[in-house]
Amino acid sequence: MTSPSTPRPTSSSTSSSRERILGRVRAALADAPTAPPAARDYLTSHTADDPTVILDLLHENLADYRALVHRTEERELPSLIADLLTKHGAGSVAVPPGLPASWLSGTAVEQRHDEGAPLTPYDLDATDAVITGCALAIAETGTIVLDGGPGQGRRALTLVPDVHICVVRAADQVVASVPLAMPRLDPARPLTWISGPSATSDIELDRVEGVHGPRTLHVVLVTETSAPGGRGGTAAGS
Amino acid sequence: MSGTYLGMPAFPEAAHEAVRNDTLRANLRHATHTIRDKRAVAVAELDDWTELREAGKQIKEHTLSRLDHYLVQLEESVTAAGGTVHWAADAEEANRIVADLVKATGEGDTEKREVVKVKSMATQEIGLNEALEAEGIAAYETDLAELIVQLGEDRPSHILVPAIHRNRGEIRDIFRSEMEKWGRAAPENLTDSPAELAEAARLHLREKFLRAEVGISGANFMVAETGTMVVVESEGNGRMCLTLPETLISVVGIEKIVPTWRDLEVFLQTLPRSSTAERMNPYTSMWTGTTDADGPKAFHLVLLDNGRTDTLADEVGRQALRCIRCSACLNVCPVYERAGGHAYGSVYPGPIGAILTPQLRGTASEIDASLPYASSLCGACYDVCPVAIDIPEVLVHLREKVAEQGGPGHRLEKAAIKAAGWVLDHPAVLAAGERVAAKTRRLHPKKLPGPGASQWTDSRDLPEMPAEPFRDWWKKNRT
Repeated sequence: MTSPSTPRPTSSSTSSSRERILGRVRAALADAPTAPPAARDYLTSHTADDPTVILDLLHENLADYRALVHRTEERELPSLIADLLTKHGAGSVAVPPGLPASWLSGTAVEQRHDEGAPLTPYDLDATDAVITGCALAIAETGTIVLDGGPGQGRRALTLVPDVHICVVRAADQVVASVPLAMPRLDPARPLTWISGPSATSDIELDRVEGVHGPRTLHVVLVTETSAPGGRGGTAAGS
Repeated sequence: MSGTYLGMPAFPEAAHEAVRNDTLRANLRHATHTIRDKRAVAVAELDDWTELREAGKQIKEHTLSRLDHYLVQLEESVTAAGGTVHWAADAEEANRIVADLVKATGEGDTEKREVVKVKSMATQEIGLNEALEAEGIAAYETDLAELIVQLGEDRPSHILVPAIHRNRGEIRDIFRSEMEKWGRAAPENLTDSPAELAEAARLHLREKFLRAEVGISGANFMVAETGTMVVVESEGNGRMCLTLPETLISVVGIEKIVPTWRDLEVFLQTLPRSSTAERMNPYTSMWTGTTDADGPKAFHLVLLDNGRTDTLADEVGRQALRCIRCSACLNVCPVYERAGGHAYGSVYPGPIGAILTPQLRGTASEIDASLPYASSLCGACYDVCPVAIDIPEVLVHLREKVAEQGGPGHRLEKAAIKAAGWVLDHPAVLAAGERVAAKTRRLHPKKLPGPGASQWTDSRDLPEMPAEPFRDWWKKNRT
């Protein structure tokens, strides 16, 4: 029976199973020495440590898995976003908290902000597109990673609408490899790794893009505006 | 007479049926060859594949050798992050826990209870869908292939592509006749183009995702130090199930633990390339307990034993617990390619199934005792395994155990192996035998006569004998 202090429906039966399973594990390992921690002789990166090379590789690998990749300077970003929304005939776009307002300054499409009263799954299903930033992008695998931070929003936002436009800051959000990505990510946050639009190969192994997630993924690689006065530049120094 | 020769009754019978199904064989051949070639290309991109494979092996070896420690650590991390951990010693207990949790979500008793599911080997292993159905809870599979299997009242035949045995025409027919029974019907005039079929699945499942209260998943990895769960997928149905419902229940085998966050960097490189031959799969979800205002408000982790501790107790066999379910071994296996997944009588088919199932379930039944023999020991499975499980070694070890059990099969097996050993030890006898065989090849029957041998060839055609023995050909042409 469940005691009143532990409202969990199964806690009492599973606590005895807990002891049983742990006991069985210990018995099974009684004769086994602890194996040493793994040797990590693998590479940290497979790519030359050159931002241009890494950015090109990201572009190539994203495109290889059918993401639509665009490169632009910061000042051109609003018009590019406006063009993309127009091209898809989008009537509405979901906007996560913390998205720079300037990104949507070039479009008159209805903005649905996920603040205050959050958008329901049905609201999102009736929204044509979503626009977000990201936590980082991984060149070798053609991956963008979202962590729910400012300008990204909760996970459902980038899942239910059919078009996702994701902006990546080339200067400081691109890493070469998976091992270089891990230390920059916070496991306490909900993370979504996205490598191309949703896909399936379940029917005779023919790859079909677009099953349940957004069927179109635009990734915009944005570089800082190179102003004639020498403002901006890159994340130099490293 | 059922074929009980060599202690391999059930697999040969099932395989016998399967190899005669031409559609199945063609589907399987196409599928396995396509994936294996792509995998080789994806793996070749990484110069350090050998080192990654070794690291993956060692991480898992280390984890298993301290599994009790990491399980307790995981429980603490998940609990600290807002999750609830349950322990299930066997399938029945796991099913009970999940059914009670679903009922406790407080959906009105009059309402029809339903859950959406992400593809999960563990929940298939324990027969969760059937157990929930018996409790009046409908469990909807949402992976496209799983949907095909579920709608077709079929069984999965491949770890990664469970409907690999179905071609597009069969899938269209299933969608046309079955979808309307469970929700939104298939569109009128549905053709057999994969894009249209995928669209039909999108429409059919979307209404279920949007209203889902409870999602059920497995996990590819659980990180002990952080309590993070990882689900790797392609279609986005996983994200739907993990994100939209209020309650998420994950049923995960206790061997899925890795100690540290950093350990994921190894498997996130080796799993997609081994599995779908991609640099990275389209979607990977990672979550740690619950997050305010993002995703499920309640998270339950059900840690499943169900034979894993028995497997862990076997010094040789425990390496099977390193498996990350990539299915590369299925795609290179000559036996799997011909027999198909159903012949293995388990949700784990192919070479890994042949060593995992008899350890999880024991070898008391005919089918389980026969599985260690469902292999030619060619070793291709070991070569492609991203965690270096020596499957042939475990197969031989399990054959020994089956033989020790006694029964009519093993005496014949010993006699056969002894005879083969004598011939191989006496090259002149072997050479003479080969020459006689070559000279008389027109007279050879398609099936071998005799006890045991006839059972062997009941489900196999004898290979054509070459015109002359290789030794003679070599002498003539190369010396």
